[in-house]
Amino acid sequence: MGKANFGGIVKQVCLEYTPEAKVDDYVLVHVGFALSTIDEAEAARTYELLKEMSQLQELEVPEIREAMSGGP
Amino acid sequence: MKFLDEYRDEALATKVVDEIRRTVTKPWVLMEVCGGQTHAIVKYGIDRLLPEEVELVHGPGCPVCVTSLEMIDKAHAIAQRPDVIFCSFGDMLRVPGSDVDLLVLKSRGADIRVVYSPIDCLKIARANPDKKVVFFAIGFETTAPANAMSVWQARQQEIKNFSILVSHVLVPPSIASILQSPLNRVQGFLGPGHVCTIMGYREYEPIAERFRVPIVITGFEPIDILQGALMAIQQLEAGTHEVQNQYARVVQRDGNRVAQDLVNKVFEVCDRKWRGVGSIPKSGYKLRYEFHEHDAERLFNVKEIDTQESSTCISGLVLRGVKKPHDCPAFGKQCTPEHPLGATMVSAEGACAAYYVYGRHLEAKNGGRSSGDADRTSSSLTAEVA
Repeated sequence: MGKANFGGIVKQVCLEYTPEAKVDDYVLVHVGFALSTIDEAEAARTYELLKEMSQLQELEVPEIREAMSGGP
Repeated sequence: MKFLDEYRDEALATKVVDEIRRTVTKPWVLMEVCGGQTHAIVKYGIDRLLPEEVELVHGPGCPVCVTSLEMIDKAHAIAQRPDVIFCSFGDMLRVPGSDVDLLVLKSRGADIRVVYSPIDCLKIARANPDKKVVFFAIGFETTAPANAMSVWQARQQEIKNFSILVSHVLVPPSIASILQSPLNRVQGFLGPGHVCTIMGYREYEPIAERFRVPIVITGFEPIDILQGALMAIQQLEAGTHEVQNQYARVVQRDGNRVAQDLVNKVFEVCDRKWRGVGSIPKSGYKLRYEFHEHDAERLFNVKEIDTQESSTCISGLVLRGVKKPHDCPAFGKQCTPEHPLGATMVSAEGACAAYYVYGRHLEAKNGGRSSGDADRTSSSLTAEVA
């Protein structure tokens, strides 16, 4: 068992299924069990991809809109 | 909060919606499998942010909703015994059986307790050696490791007065069943992120291949759902049908092997009846014979009970994505969360309850927007996110 902080509320959580979890890790908890440790690198990568996509969009917006209205 | 707030970012949501608008060229029907996703979609108005070509239909992934009436009646029969302490997650207490619900039985004197985790029941069993403590073990693959652990620990610690009434259901057979139906409209799936946290997503690969549908394993925050929809639409537009993982910060392809091992030690796959849908082969878990001392169905020898569903309720069609809550004549009238007629109004995760809680029945009454209408606004997202 370990302690998990849910945005200020601390509860006992079973860590049997996340033997890799270390102090200060973020875990996904369901009915008192940690089921997965959050992969920070993967979270950052996805988030960067999304942000990049939006930056590219800003550059491409006028062109794409034109292309869409003209073609199928 | 870390890994939550950034997935509710309004500006980013708008960008993803714009990208979806740019990608889509024809109508597509996507199903989100999980009740948690349905709830987020209706809460944040995500279905109304999407271009009108994209329709979201709501899937069968609400564990409370799909627990069969027979199983609920069995729970009631066990809970009424004077020698039993019946434990359950809170949202099962209001589910109507053929006659009443567990809350009514509690008010009549039955010892029915709400627990946060099945493990709590072991403590109750130790403290009450003269009683039989029964836990109502419902849920999808996500909940199976917790329920398996309760039985495993009961055996390790020789807690003989603890048993579980198992009504576990599995996602892959249910979506295969939806795809096989002649009524099916679903062309792509937002797959169940938390189920796949446990199970991984290998077992979805043959389904995507066989039915030629893209399946994107998706999380539960607004940005997750929008990105999942974008990935599914990109595949549909390109004519591909892969399993993709949007929820990679939590889900790995092989899932959680430690949890799977214990689930497989305690449970085995069985046929299961789903409320509103019917029996689906190999779509559930039951306890393995070696744990029969903890099998409430066996211990209490509850007979098959003849049950009767409401004749007006269309929850079976809602659970399979064929109909929307609005399409039901009873929605928001005879059928409300206080007096649910059927499965999908019962749990907060049910599609009908989500529509009701976020006021969609009022719009329907006013002759206003239905889910298919073109009047889409970002105001609901703004309100919730801000």
